[in-house]
Amino acid sequence: MIWQLDLALLLLTVVCAIGALTVRDLLASAILLGAFGLFMCLLWVEMGAVDVAFTEASVGAGITTVLFVIAVFKTERKSKD
Amino acid sequence: MITSQESIIIKTLSRFLIPFIQLFGLYVIMHGHSSPGGGFQGGVILGASFILLVISFGYDEVKKRFSKRNVMLLTCAGVVLYGAIGVVCQLLGGNFLDYAVLPISQPRSMGMLGIEIGVGLTVMAVMVSIFRDLLTY
Repeated sequence: MIWQLDLALLLLTVVCAIGALTVRDLLASAILLGAFGLFMCLLWVEMGAVDVAFTEASVGAGITTVLFVIAVFKTERKSKD
Repeated sequence: MITSQESIIIKTLSRFLIPFIQLFGLYVIMHGHSSPGGGFQGGVILGASFILLVISFGYDEVKKRFSKRNVMLLTCAGVVLYGAIGVVCQLLGGNFLDYAVLPISQPRSMGMLGIEIGVGLTVMAVMVSIFRDLLTY
């Protein structure tokens, strides 16, 4: 494990998670959640869990983002709270 | 409802990209028993390629080739393939999913490959089905 790479990936993961929670635009929130999944996948590859990373890359960053984007288009884009 | 895109870049790029995504999904399914990957991941990748097809070419274009009945048939076919391999092992005198009694060369790898193909079919069809239900809600 390379601790510099670990630190950078963890920082980006936390930044993406906080951004997905705080941003007002729900479409941007869905895309940030996809980015969170991608960094989570890279973290798992770096920790050696290739199979989990594979599932996260295909489900978390791929299908979930598409489903959230469709849900945002079906409802509305602005967050109320 | 997603309608067809006017952009020629999106259409050309997805027409070029989708066969390679599907080939990679089949590769992941076929090598699932000896390397990372497997039926679930390969099925999700195959389903994602069909979702990309719907996003770039519109739902009306794809609906002709993917009727609701065919997607449900694919879902059931995957589950039936999984169960049939297990029951065939039972009929040949072993336990459920006991691949070692199958009368083929390398029975464990081949039995596991059949299971992976069943899982992949079901997951692909269910992903397309969830996406389609959400789209036409």
